[in-house]
Amino acid sequence: MSFFDAFLNWSVFVQTLPLLISGLTITIGLGLCAIVLGLIGGMLLALLRLYGPSPLRKIAIAYIDIFRAIPLLVLLVVVYYALPFAGLRFTPFTSATLALSLVSAAYSAEIFRAGIEGVPKGQFEAARALGLNAFRRMSDVILPQAIKLVIPPITSNSINVLKDTALASVVAMPDLLKQATQAQALAANPTPLISAALIYIVLLLPLVRLVGVFERRLAARGK
Amino acid sequence: MMAPIIDMKGVTKNFGGFRALDGIDLQVAEGEIVVVVGPSGSGKSTLIRCINQLEEHGGGTIEVDGHAVRKGANLTAIRAEVGMVFQSFNLFPHLSVLRNVALAPVRVRGLSWHEADARARKLLVRVGLEDQIEKYPAQLSGGQQQRVGIARALAMEPKVLLFDEPTSALDPEMVGEVLDVMQQLAKTGVTMIVVTHEMGFARKVANRVVFMDAGRIVEQGPPQTLFDAPRDPRLRSFLNAILSH
Repeated sequence: MSFFDAFLNWSVFVQTLPLLISGLTITIGLGLCAIVLGLIGGMLLALLRLYGPSPLRKIAIAYIDIFRAIPLLVLLVVVYYALPFAGLRFTPFTSATLALSLVSAAYSAEIFRAGIEGVPKGQFEAARALGLNAFRRMSDVILPQAIKLVIPPITSNSINVLKDTALASVVAMPDLLKQATQAQALAANPTPLISAALIYIVLLLPLVRLVGVFERRLAARGK
Repeated sequence: MMAPIIDMKGVTKNFGGFRALDGIDLQVAEGEIVVVVGPSGSGKSTLIRCINQLEEHGGGTIEVDGHAVRKGANLTAIRAEVGMVFQSFNLFPHLSVLRNVALAPVRVRGLSWHEADARARKLLVRVGLEDQIEKYPAQLSGGQQQRVGIARALAMEPKVLLFDEPTSALDPEMVGEVLDVMQQLAKTGVTMIVVTHEMGFARKVANRVVFMDAGRIVEQGPPQTLFDAPRDPRLRSFLNAILSH
Protein backbone atom coordinates (compact mmCIF):
# COMPACT_ATOMS: atom_id res chain seq x y z
CA MET A 1 0.00 0.00 0.00
CA SER A 2 1.44 3.37 -1.01
CA PHE A 3 1.76 6.32 1.32
CA PHE A 4 -1.19 8.06 -0.31
CA ASP A 5 -3.42 4.99 -0.16
CA ALA A 6 -2.63 4.57 3.51
CA PHE A 7 -2.73 8.12 4.88
CA LEU A 8 -4.39 10.35 2.32
CA ASN A 9 -6.86 7.99 0.76
CA TRP A 10 -9.40 10.11 -1.13
CA SER A 11 -12.24 7.58 -1.28
CA VAL A 12 -11.89 6.78 2.44
CA PHE A 13 -11.85 10.49 3.14
CA VAL A 14 -15.06 11.09 1.20
CA GLN A 15 -16.75 8.07 2.77
CA THR A 16 -15.93 9.03 6.33
CA LEU A 17 -16.33 12.79 5.98
CA PRO A 18 -19.99 12.88 7.15
CA LEU A 19 -18.95 11.05 10.31
CA LEU A 20 -16.14 13.53 10.89
CA ILE A 21 -18.44 16.49 10.30
CA SER A 22 -20.93 15.18 12.87
CA GLY A 23 -18.02 14.78 15.27
CA LEU A 24 -16.86 18.30 14.52
CA THR A 25 -20.26 19.81 15.36
CA ILE A 26 -20.17 18.02 18.69
CA THR A 27 -16.62 19.18 19.35
CA ILE A 28 -17.62 22.78 18.62
CA GLY A 29 -20.84 22.52 20.63
CA LEU A 30 -19.02 21.04 23.59
CA GLY A 31 -16.23 23.60 23.29
CA LEU A 32 -18.61 26.56 23.18
CA CYS A 33 -20.67 25.35 26.14
CA ALA A 34 -17.55 24.76 28.22
CA ILE A 35 -16.00 28.10 27.23
CA VAL A 36 -19.13 30.11 28.08
CA LEU A 37 -19.75 28.30 31.37
CA GLY A 38 -16.05 28.54 32.23
CA LEU A 39 -16.05 32.30 31.62
CA ILE A 40 -19.14 32.89 33.74
CA GLY A 41 -17.82 30.66 36.52
CA GLY A 42 -14.38 32.23 36.27
CA MET A 43 -15.75 35.76 36.60
CA LEU A 44 -17.81 34.80 39.64
CA LEU A 45 -14.83 33.07 41.23
CA ALA A 46 -12.54 36.03 40.55
CA LEU A 47 -15.01 38.48 42.13
CA LEU A 48 -15.50 36.19 45.12
CA ARG A 49 -11.78 35.75 45.53
CA LEU A 50 -11.18 39.50 45.44
CA TYR A 51 -14.24 40.92 47.18
CA GLY A 52 -16.19 38.09 48.78
CA PRO A 53 -16.67 37.76 52.51
CA SER A 54 -13.84 35.82 54.12
CA PRO A 55 -15.33 32.28 54.13
CA LEU A 56 -16.45 32.52 50.50
CA ARG A 57 -13.09 33.99 49.56
CA LYS A 58 -11.32 31.00 51.06
CA ILE A 59 -13.65 28.60 49.27
CA ALA A 60 -12.94 30.37 45.98
CA ILE A 61 -9.19 30.14 46.56
CA ALA A 62 -9.47 26.43 47.41
CA TYR A 63 -11.58 25.78 44.33
CA ILE A 64 -9.20 27.62 42.03
CA ASP A 65 -6.16 25.78 43.40
CA ILE A 66 -7.76 22.31 43.34
CA PHE A 67 -9.14 22.58 39.83
CA ARG A 68 -5.87 23.88 38.48
CA ALA A 69 -4.07 20.97 40.11
CA ILE A 70 -6.26 18.10 38.96
CA PRO A 71 -5.51 16.65 35.50
CA LEU A 72 -8.50 17.21 33.23
CA LEU A 73 -8.52 13.61 32.04
CA VAL A 74 -8.67 12.37 35.64
CA LEU A 75 -11.54 14.73 36.45
CA LEU A 76 -13.41 13.62 33.35
CA VAL A 77 -13.05 9.96 34.27
CA VAL A 78 -14.11 10.65 37.85
CA VAL A 79 -17.20 12.56 36.74
CA TYR A 80 -18.25 9.95 34.20
CA TYR A 81 -17.19 6.67 35.81
CA ALA A 82 -17.04 7.37 39.55
CA LEU A 83 -19.93 9.74 40.29
CA PRO A 84 -22.58 7.21 39.15
CA PHE A 85 -21.63 5.21 42.24
CA ALA A 86 -22.78 8.21 44.25
CA GLY A 87 -26.02 8.26 42.31
CA LEU A 88 -24.91 11.07 39.99
CA ARG A 89 -25.25 9.85 36.44
CA PHE A 90 -24.50 12.24 33.60
CA THR A 91 -24.61 11.83 29.84
CA PRO A 92 -21.23 11.92 28.10
CA PHE A 93 -21.98 15.46 26.88
CA THR A 94 -22.90 16.70 30.34
CA SER A 95 -19.90 14.98 31.92
CA ALA A 96 -17.52 16.47 29.41
CA THR A 97 -19.06 19.96 29.63
CA LEU A 98 -18.93 19.78 33.41
CA ALA A 99 -15.30 18.65 33.63
CA LEU A 100 -14.10 21.13 31.00
CA SER A 101 -15.94 24.12 32.45
CA LEU A 102 -15.01 23.33 36.06
CA VAL A 103 -11.33 23.44 35.12
CA SER A 104 -11.68 26.34 32.69
CA ALA A 105 -13.45 28.38 35.37
CA ALA A 106 -10.44 27.99 37.67
CA TYR A 107 -8.00 29.22 35.01
CA SER A 108 -10.34 32.01 33.85
CA ALA A 109 -10.72 33.17 37.45
CA GLU A 110 -6.99 33.74 37.74
CA ILE A 111 -6.93 35.58 34.41
CA PHE A 112 -9.85 37.84 35.39
CA ARG A 113 -8.28 38.50 38.77
CA ALA A 114 -5.05 39.62 37.12
CA GLY A 115 -7.11 41.82 34.79
CA ILE A 116 -9.01 43.49 37.63
CA GLU A 117 -5.79 44.01 39.55
CA GLY A 118 -4.27 45.51 36.40
CA VAL A 119 -6.76 48.39 36.43
CA PRO A 120 -5.07 51.42 38.04
CA LYS A 121 -5.96 52.20 41.65
CA GLY A 122 -7.11 55.68 40.66
CA GLN A 123 -9.98 54.18 38.67
CA PHE A 124 -11.33 52.43 41.76
CA GLU A 125 -10.94 55.64 43.76
CA ALA A 126 -12.68 57.82 41.17
CA ALA A 127 -15.57 55.37 40.96
CA ARG A 128 -15.88 55.29 44.74
CA ALA A 129 -15.59 59.04 45.10
CA LEU A 130 -18.51 59.53 42.69
CA GLY A 131 -20.76 57.48 44.95
CA LEU A 132 -21.16 54.51 42.59
CA ASN A 133 -22.17 51.37 44.47
CA ALA A 134 -20.03 48.22 44.36
CA PHE A 135 -21.97 46.68 41.49
CA ARG A 136 -21.79 49.81 39.35
CA ARG A 137 -18.12 50.32 40.10
CA MET A 138 -17.47 46.90 38.65
CA SER A 139 -19.93 46.90 35.77
CA ASP A 140 -19.35 50.44 34.51
CA VAL A 141 -15.77 51.26 35.41
CA ILE A 142 -13.52 48.35 36.36
CA LEU A 143 -14.67 45.34 34.32
CA PRO A 144 -14.81 47.08 30.93
CA GLN A 145 -11.16 48.01 31.43
CA ALA A 146 -10.16 44.67 32.96
CA ILE A 147 -11.76 42.68 30.15
CA LYS A 148 -9.83 44.61 27.52
CA LEU A 149 -6.64 43.67 29.35
CA VAL A 150 -7.48 39.96 29.47
CA ILE A 151 -8.78 39.36 25.96
CA PRO A 152 -5.48 37.78 24.79
CA PRO A 153 -5.09 35.32 27.70
CA ILE A 154 -8.81 34.52 27.73
CA THR A 155 -8.70 33.73 24.02
CA SER A 156 -5.67 31.56 24.66
CA ASN A 157 -7.50 29.73 27.43
CA SER A 158 -10.51 29.23 25.16
CA ILE A 159 -8.24 27.60 22.59
CA ASN A 160 -7.05 25.19 25.26
CA VAL A 161 -10.63 24.33 26.18
CA LEU A 162 -11.46 23.66 22.55
CA LYS A 163 -8.41 21.42 22.22
CA ASP A 164 -9.17 19.59 25.43
CA THR A 165 -12.61 18.59 24.13
CA ALA A 166 -10.72 15.75 22.41
CA LEU A 167 -10.31 14.16 25.84
CA ALA A 168 -14.08 13.67 25.91
CA SER A 169 -13.65 10.77 23.50
CA VAL A 170 -12.67 8.62 26.51
CA VAL A 171 -16.18 8.98 27.96
CA ALA A 172 -17.78 7.71 24.77
CA MET A 173 -18.49 11.22 23.53
CA PRO A 174 -18.87 11.06 19.72
CA ASP A 175 -16.68 14.11 19.16
CA LEU A 176 -14.32 14.66 16.26
CA LEU A 177 -11.53 12.45 17.62
CA LYS A 178 -13.87 9.64 18.64
CA GLN A 179 -15.58 9.64 15.24
CA ALA A 180 -12.22 9.64 13.53
CA THR A 181 -10.96 6.62 15.47
CA GLN A 182 -14.23 4.83 14.74
CA ALA A 183 -14.03 5.70 11.06
CA GLN A 184 -10.47 4.43 11.04
CA ALA A 185 -11.61 1.11 12.46
CA LEU A 186 -14.45 0.83 9.96
CA ALA A 187 -12.36 1.71 6.94
CA ALA A 188 -9.28 -0.11 8.22
CA ASN A 189 -7.35 2.94 7.10
CA PRO A 190 -5.80 5.83 9.09
CA THR A 191 -6.92 8.53 6.66
CA PRO A 192 -9.77 9.69 8.97
CA LEU A 193 -7.25 10.31 11.74
CA ILE A 194 -5.12 12.46 9.47
CA SER A 195 -8.28 14.27 8.33
CA ALA A 196 -9.32 14.88 11.93
CA ALA A 197 -5.88 16.28 12.77
CA LEU A 198 -6.12 18.65 9.81
CA ILE A 199 -9.63 19.74 10.81
CA TYR A 200 -8.41 20.56 14.34
CA ILE A 201 -5.61 22.64 12.87
CA VAL A 202 -7.90 24.47 10.44
CA LEU A 203 -10.31 25.20 13.30
CA LEU A 204 -7.72 26.42 15.80
CA LEU A 205 -5.00 28.05 13.72
CA PRO A 206 -7.03 31.25 13.06
CA LEU A 207 -7.74 31.54 16.78
CA VAL A 208 -4.06 31.16 17.59
CA ARG A 209 -3.28 33.94 15.11
CA LEU A 210 -6.02 36.05 16.68
CA VAL A 211 -4.30 35.92 20.08
CA GLY A 212 -1.21 37.44 18.49
CA VAL A 213 -3.30 40.20 16.91
CA PHE A 214 -5.01 40.97 20.23
CA GLU A 215 -1.69 41.07 22.04
CA ARG A 216 -0.18 43.51 19.54
CA ARG A 217 -3.27 45.71 19.71
CA LEU A 218 -3.13 45.79 23.49
CA ALA A 219 0.58 46.62 23.45
CA ALA A 220 -0.06 49.46 21.01
CA ARG A 221 -2.81 50.85 23.22
CA GLY A 222 -0.53 50.79 26.23
CA LYS A 223 1.98 53.11 24.56
CA MET B 1 -21.89 80.17 62.84
CA MET B 2 -24.29 77.74 61.15
CA ALA B 3 -23.72 74.03 61.64
CA PRO B 4 -20.59 73.26 59.63
CA ILE B 5 -20.96 71.16 56.50
CA ILE B 6 -17.77 69.35 57.40
CA ASP B 7 -16.95 68.69 61.01
CA MET B 8 -13.80 66.75 61.91
CA LYS B 9 -13.03 66.14 65.56
CA GLY B 10 -9.83 64.54 66.83
CA VAL B 11 -9.30 62.62 63.60
CA THR B 12 -6.30 60.30 63.50
CA LYS B 13 -4.93 58.02 60.84
CA ASN B 14 -1.97 55.66 60.91
CA PHE B 15 -0.23 54.00 57.98
CA GLY B 16 1.52 51.13 59.72
CA GLY B 17 3.69 52.86 62.28
CA PHE B 18 3.49 56.25 60.57
CA ARG B 19 1.03 58.74 62.05
CA ALA B 20 -0.39 60.55 59.02
CA LEU B 21 -3.09 62.45 60.90
CA ASP B 22 -2.52 63.30 64.53
CA GLY B 23 -5.72 64.74 65.96
CA ILE B 24 -7.31 66.91 63.29
CA ASP B 25 -10.05 69.36 64.29
CA LEU B 26 -11.48 71.14 61.30
CA GLN B 27 -14.86 72.73 60.71
CA VAL B 28 -15.80 74.02 57.28
CA ALA B 29 -18.87 76.19 56.81
CA GLU B 30 -21.15 75.94 53.82
CA GLY B 31 -19.79 77.99 50.94
CA GLU B 32 -16.37 78.36 52.49
CA ILE B 33 -13.22 77.97 50.39
CA VAL B 34 -10.50 76.33 52.44
CA VAL B 35 -7.02 75.85 51.02
CA VAL B 36 -4.79 73.32 52.75
CA VAL B 37 -1.06 73.80 52.42
CA GLY B 38 1.96 72.16 53.96
CA PRO B 39 5.14 70.25 53.17
CA SER B 40 4.78 66.90 51.41
CA GLY B 41 4.02 64.12 53.85
CA SER B 42 2.28 66.55 56.19
CA GLY B 43 -1.02 64.68 55.82
CA LYS B 44 -2.99 67.17 53.75
CA SER B 45 -4.04 64.65 51.07
CA THR B 46 -4.85 62.08 53.73
CA LEU B 47 -7.02 64.65 55.45
CA ILE B 48 -9.30 65.24 52.48
CA ARG B 49 -9.23 61.55 51.50
CA CYS B 50 -10.68 60.72 54.91
CA ILE B 51 -13.63 63.02 54.28
CA ASN B 52 -14.95 60.72 51.52
CA GLN B 53 -13.31 57.63 53.05
CA LEU B 54 -10.87 56.83 50.30
CA GLU B 55 -8.84 56.43 53.46
CA GLU B 56 -10.53 55.10 56.54
CA HIS B 57 -9.66 57.20 59.59
CA GLY B 58 -8.59 55.53 62.81
CA GLY B 59 -9.84 57.64 65.70
CA GLY B 60 -12.07 60.68 66.01
CA THR B 61 -15.25 61.59 64.16
CA ILE B 62 -16.03 63.06 60.76
CA GLU B 63 -19.43 64.44 59.85
CA VAL B 64 -20.57 65.63 56.45
CA ASP B 65 -23.73 67.71 56.59
CA GLY B 66 -24.60 66.17 59.93
CA HIS B 67 -24.07 62.55 58.84
CA ALA B 68 -21.31 60.55 60.49
CA VAL B 69 -18.79 59.27 57.95
CA ARG B 70 -18.02 55.62 58.59
CA LYS B 71 -17.67 52.44 56.64
CA GLY B 72 -21.18 51.18 56.03
CA ALA B 73 -24.39 51.51 54.15
CA ASN B 74 -24.72 55.29 53.90
CA LEU B 75 -21.17 55.78 52.65
CA THR B 76 -22.12 55.84 48.97
CA ALA B 77 -24.82 58.38 49.82
CA ILE B 78 -22.26 60.62 51.54
CA ARG B 79 -19.80 60.23 48.67
CA ALA B 80 -22.50 61.34 46.26
CA GLU B 81 -22.55 64.69 48.11
CA VAL B 82 -18.77 65.05 48.15
CA GLY B 83 -17.10 65.53 44.77
CA MET B 84 -13.41 64.91 44.31
CA VAL B 85 -10.87 66.08 41.77
CA PHE B 86 -7.67 64.02 41.65
CA GLN B 87 -4.08 64.92 41.01
CA SER B 88 -3.87 62.28 38.27
CA PHE B 89 -7.37 63.09 36.89
CA ASN B 90 -8.50 59.43 36.99
CA LEU B 91 -10.88 59.86 34.10
CA PHE B 92 -12.46 56.66 32.80
CA PRO B 93 -10.43 55.89 29.67
CA HIS B 94 -13.06 53.65 28.07
CA LEU B 95 -15.78 56.31 28.15
CA SER B 96 -16.14 59.46 26.07
CA VAL B 97 -15.71 62.82 27.76
CA LEU B 98 -19.49 63.23 27.78
CA ARG B 99 -20.07 59.83 29.36
CA ASN B 100 -17.35 60.40 31.94
CA VAL B 101 -19.40 63.33 33.17
CA ALA B 102 -22.86 61.80 32.69
CA LEU B 103 -22.20 58.36 34.22
CA ALA B 104 -22.59 59.06 37.93
CA PRO B 105 -25.72 61.25 37.62
CA VAL B 106 -27.39 58.31 35.86
CA ARG B 107 -26.11 55.54 38.11
CA VAL B 108 -26.26 57.38 41.43
CA ARG B 109 -28.86 60.12 41.02
CA GLY B 110 -31.15 58.14 38.76
CA LEU B 111 -31.25 60.66 35.92
CA SER B 112 -32.06 59.41 32.43
CA TRP B 113 -29.16 59.37 29.97
CA HIS B 114 -30.91 62.16 28.10
CA GLU B 115 -31.04 64.39 31.18
CA ALA B 116 -27.53 63.48 32.28
CA ASP B 117 -26.06 64.14 28.84
CA ALA B 118 -27.72 67.55 28.80
CA ARG B 119 -26.31 68.34 32.23
CA ALA B 120 -22.87 67.09 31.17
CA ARG B 121 -22.91 69.22 28.03
CA LYS B 122 -23.74 72.32 30.04
CA LEU B 123 -20.89 71.67 32.45
CA LEU B 124 -18.42 70.92 29.68
CA VAL B 125 -19.32 74.22 28.06
CA ARG B 126 -18.74 75.89 31.41
CA VAL B 127 -15.21 74.46 31.67
CA GLY B 128 -14.54 75.42 28.05
CA LEU B 129 -14.55 71.95 26.50
CA GLU B 130 -17.60 72.12 24.24
CA ASP B 131 -15.48 70.97 21.29
CA GLN B 132 -14.08 67.90 23.04
CA ILE B 133 -17.35 66.25 24.10
CA GLU B 134 -17.14 63.19 21.85
CA LYS B 135 -13.42 62.59 22.42
CA TYR B 136 -11.82 60.10 24.77
CA PRO B 137 -9.64 61.15 27.71
CA ALA B 138 -6.42 59.94 26.05
CA GLN B 139 -7.02 62.42 23.21
CA LEU B 140 -6.99 65.41 25.56
CA SER B 141 -4.18 67.44 27.10
CA GLY B 142 -3.60 67.23 30.84
CA GLY B 143 -5.28 70.56 31.46
CA GLN B 144 -8.30 69.53 29.43
CA GLN B 145 -8.49 66.21 31.25
CA GLN B 146 -8.46 67.94 34.60
CA ARG B 147 -11.25 70.26 33.48
CA VAL B 148 -13.26 67.15 32.55
CA GLY B 149 -12.45 65.85 36.02
CA ILE B 150 -13.92 69.01 37.52
CA ALA B 151 -17.02 68.76 35.31
CA ARG B 152 -17.42 65.12 36.33
CA ALA B 153 -17.37 66.06 40.01
CA LEU B 154 -19.77 68.97 39.45
CA ALA B 155 -22.27 66.80 37.58
CA MET B 156 -23.27 65.21 40.87
CA GLU B 157 -24.15 68.67 42.19
CA PRO B 158 -22.20 67.92 45.36
CA LYS B 159 -22.40 69.95 48.53
CA VAL B 160 -18.63 69.83 48.93
CA LEU B 161 -15.81 69.66 46.41
CA LEU B 162 -12.44 68.22 47.36
CA PHE B 163 -9.38 69.00 45.24
CA ASP B 164 -6.34 66.81 45.80
CA GLU B 165 -3.40 68.74 44.29
CA PRO B 166 -5.36 69.30 41.07
CA THR B 167 -2.53 71.05 39.22
CA SER B 168 0.50 69.12 40.47
CA ALA B 169 0.56 66.67 37.55
CA LEU B 170 0.14 69.37 34.91
CA ASP B 171 2.69 70.97 32.61
CA PRO B 172 3.21 74.56 33.80
CA GLU B 173 1.43 76.11 30.81
CA MET B 174 -1.77 74.23 31.68
CA VAL B 175 -1.95 75.14 35.35
CA GLY B 176 -3.62 78.46 34.61
CA GLU B 177 -6.59 77.07 32.70
CA VAL B 178 -7.45 74.72 35.57
CA LEU B 179 -7.01 77.37 38.25
CA ASP B 180 -9.23 79.71 36.22
CA VAL B 181 -12.02 77.15 36.24
CA MET B 182 -11.58 76.62 39.97
CA GLN B 183 -11.67 80.34 40.58
CA GLN B 184 -14.92 80.66 38.63
CA LEU B 185 -16.27 77.79 40.65
CA ALA B 186 -15.39 79.47 43.94
CA LYS B 187 -17.74 82.32 43.06
CA THR B 188 -20.76 80.00 42.76
CA GLY B 189 -21.00 79.38 46.48
CA VAL B 190 -19.98 75.72 46.47
CA THR B 191 -17.92 74.58 49.45
CA MET B 192 -14.36 73.78 48.41
CA ILE B 193 -11.42 72.21 50.18
CA VAL B 194 -8.31 72.50 48.06
CA VAL B 195 -4.97 70.87 48.71
CA THR B 196 -2.47 72.73 46.58
CA HIS B 197 0.96 74.30 46.31
CA GLU B 198 -0.44 77.22 44.29
CA MET B 199 0.01 80.04 46.81
CA GLY B 200 -1.26 82.63 44.35
CA PHE B 201 -4.55 80.75 44.11
CA ALA B 202 -4.75 80.44 47.88
CA ARG B 203 -4.18 84.15 48.34
CA LYS B 204 -6.75 85.13 45.73
CA VAL B 205 -9.52 82.63 46.34
CA ALA B 206 -9.34 81.16 49.82
CA ASN B 207 -11.48 82.36 52.72
CA ARG B 208 -9.19 80.44 54.98
CA VAL B 209 -5.79 78.80 54.64
CA VAL B 210 -4.91 75.82 56.78
CA PHE B 211 -1.24 74.99 57.29
CA MET B 212 -0.43 71.39 58.19
CA ASP B 213 2.77 69.80 59.38
CA ALA B 214 3.41 66.27 60.64
CA GLY B 215 -0.28 65.33 60.66
CA ARG B 216 -1.45 68.36 62.62
CA ILE B 217 -3.06 71.68 61.78
CA VAL B 218 -0.38 74.08 62.93
CA GLU B 219 -1.89 77.39 61.97
CA GLN B 220 -4.93 78.65 60.10
CA GLY B 221 -6.55 81.91 59.19
CA PRO B 222 -7.35 84.28 56.31
CA PRO B 223 -4.69 84.13 53.58
CA GLN B 224 -3.39 87.66 54.22
CA THR B 225 -2.77 86.95 57.89
CA LEU B 226 -1.28 83.56 57.27
CA PHE B 227 1.03 84.53 54.42
CA ASP B 228 2.00 88.03 55.58
CA ALA B 229 2.18 87.49 59.32
CA PRO B 230 2.94 83.82 59.96
CA ARG B 231 3.40 83.03 63.64
CA ASP B 232 4.58 79.46 63.72
CA PRO B 233 8.27 78.96 62.83
CA ARG B 234 7.41 75.86 60.74
CA LEU B 235 4.99 77.91 58.64
CA ARG B 236 7.62 80.62 58.24
CA SER B 237 10.24 78.20 56.99
CA PHE B 238 7.68 76.52 54.71
CA LEU B 239 6.74 79.88 53.19
CA ASN B 240 10.38 80.85 52.82
CA ALA B 241 11.14 77.59 51.02
CA ILE B 242 8.17 77.90 48.70
CA LEU B 243 8.31 81.63 47.94
CA SER B 244 12.06 82.02 47.67
CA HIS B 245 12.27 80.70 44.10
